[in-house]
Amino acid sequence: MSRRAPAPPAPPAQALAEPASLEPWTLLAPDGTLAEGYRPSLSDEELLAAFRLMLLSRTVDQRAFSLQRQGRLGTFSTVEGQEASVVGSAFALDPARDWVVPQYRELPAMLRQGYPLTRFFLYFRGHPIGNQMPEGVRVLPFQISLAAQIPHAVGLAWGLRQQGSDAAVMTYFGDGASSEGDAHEAMNLAGVRRAPVVFLLQNNGWAISTPVAKQTAAQSFALRAPGYGFPGVLVDGNDLFAVHEAARWAVERARAGEGPTLIEARTYRLGPHNTADDPTRYVDPDELRARRELDPIVRVRAYLRARRLLSEAEEEQLRSQLMDEVNAAVAEAEAHPAADRRHIFEHVYADPPPRVRAQRERATAGEEVR
Amino acid sequence: MAVMNMVEAIRSTLDAEMARDERVILLGQDIGHNGGVFRATDGLQERYGEDRVVDMPLAEGVIIGAAVGLAASGLIPVPELQFLGFGSQAFHQLEGQVARMRFRSQGRFGMPMVIRAPFGGNVRTPELHSDAHEAKYANSPGLKIAMPATAADAKGLLTQALRDPDPVLFCEPLRGYRLIRDDVPEGEHTVPFGRARGAREGSDVAIVAWSAAVVVAEQAAELAAREGISCGVLDLRTLVPLDVDALREAAAACGRVVVVHEAPYTSGFGAEVVATVQQEAFWSLEAPLARVTAYDTPYPIAAVEHQYLPDAERVLAAVRTAMEA
Repeated sequence: MSRRAPAPPAPPAQALAEPASLEPWTLLAPDGTLAEGYRPSLSDEELLAAFRLMLLSRTVDQRAFSLQRQGRLGTFSTVEGQEASVVGSAFALDPARDWVVPQYRELPAMLRQGYPLTRFFLYFRGHPIGNQMPEGVRVLPFQISLAAQIPHAVGLAWGLRQQGSDAAVMTYFGDGASSEGDAHEAMNLAGVRRAPVVFLLQNNGWAISTPVAKQTAAQSFALRAPGYGFPGVLVDGNDLFAVHEAARWAVERARAGEGPTLIEARTYRLGPHNTADDPTRYVDPDELRARRELDPIVRVRAYLRARRLLSEAEEEQLRSQLMDEVNAAVAEAEAHPAADRRHIFEHVYADPPPRVRAQRERATAGEEVR
Repeated sequence: MAVMNMVEAIRSTLDAEMARDERVILLGQDIGHNGGVFRATDGLQERYGEDRVVDMPLAEGVIIGAAVGLAASGLIPVPELQFLGFGSQAFHQLEGQVARMRFRSQGRFGMPMVIRAPFGGNVRTPELHSDAHEAKYANSPGLKIAMPATAADAKGLLTQALRDPDPVLFCEPLRGYRLIRDDVPEGEHTVPFGRARGAREGSDVAIVAWSAAVVVAEQAAELAAREGISCGVLDLRTLVPLDVDALREAAAACGRVVVVHEAPYTSGFGAEVVATVQQEAFWSLEAPLARVTAYDTPYPIAAVEHQYLPDAERVLAAVRTAMEA
């Protein structure tokens, strides 16, 4: 029987108006100890599931990076360093009704919603089926055009609510994408329509090589929210519990019809922007070393050990299971029939116009239909 | 049949489809209480409420971007761009997101929506309100483009668009809103996409046009008739899908083709039309294919716009040249 915690303290949204309070909200210290008086909303089972997902994400990163270097996977972006931010927020959602509107660095949130890991490998192998969310998986496709997904999330949240649902929509974007006009337009509209959406801004310090100081002169992205008429929260993005509690609070607000919330999860991108990027050109190695000390996985592990919820041996076993899981997904993706010319023509229109039909027929003449 | 102008035909069609299908919702700037700056949505908010006729913030990008999410939620959004010229501020959402969401999601998320956009010149609007940007969108696979030239077609094509599972850019000629008046069929009336309309029969020159340029083409055909030249007028109705058969037949019947449009010459949709005609009807041609268009200059301010846009005289000159070839 899991220990149900009392309601956590509300994140200090109001206090954000005070510049002096612009310290990220933290509940789990880097040494794995909890803030005084705090008892997690996550049950022990949920916490173990969250840790498992964080480790799975890290395992995928490592395996996928190596596959990319072997030429078996295309360019992709790792989650490394941001696992608490993505997993903590995703665990505030109910996959049976809530939606995730991702960018491209939030694989664990998509997995929790039911996106099959095999499709991730297919997508980054360049197979179009990888971007198809199976029916019932409440996730929009990967978004490569930064910030373009944020208006989609607002429209989706608004539309669901208008049709009587109490679903919340969580959309992810970064410090870089926050500079796009779409981010502003979407947050403004969300405020006006009180859309049940959570803006999960992962400030990972970098937009490829551009440091956050060149994206904004403000002390926190969360400060923008009051300007749109809803609360903003600044949390330690490497703290699973702080992210989770803030996201829970935001999701409850959304369900209750109280409108949107902006959460700035202040984290750090430990890897490159993507596999084509060389961060040694612009990241100070001392800074990177210091940031590695704040690895979100290390922090949760320390807590789990202290609580005796997961021994070293058990974690070892878990890692080996996860590696098997990832290898099975890779094998399945590699065994998947290759994409071919027909994929160029499918799903462009529900009913292709004669020209597209004719082009397809000419291009695929003589090929057998699989 | 009832005689209506184009804006009345559009308004009554929106009304009928909103009554028929409660998933249809309208969103745009000034479309609710104010009924739209051209009154195309006049009275609809009163009838269907603020949840279905939604006044939006002044931001084209999120008007189109939110429509993506609304469509994914199961609704049929009808976002209005107050002027197509301002569509550039939403182009990334239209071309990059709306048009290819079905493709990117491999069929999971179709985008049933109609983007209504007044466009075109000769009504002395301020700058950037008059541009005919249809060719930009015609180069965006996944979108369909309807450009009615009559009130009856406005009803038929809009009804069709609202029932189409894919996104349709529905361009409404500003100058035709009240000037274009014709018999509109009552009750159920749809016009299938990709079927051009023979607006006038002729045997010497086929003039191809769409939207308000069809009126100019008809005027030119009338002038040409006085000189003994028989001009047919082919109204394309939709650019995507394109009625290639009708173009081939018109070119084969006349041997001479003149295309008329309001957009600049270079890379205007007329280029697509003449390329299609030469591919499909090369051996029937008796004269070089001609395009009568706006110039390759920015849309000018109001005082000279009538000299910028193609008019019947310019079309007639091209017709004469084709006859002399």
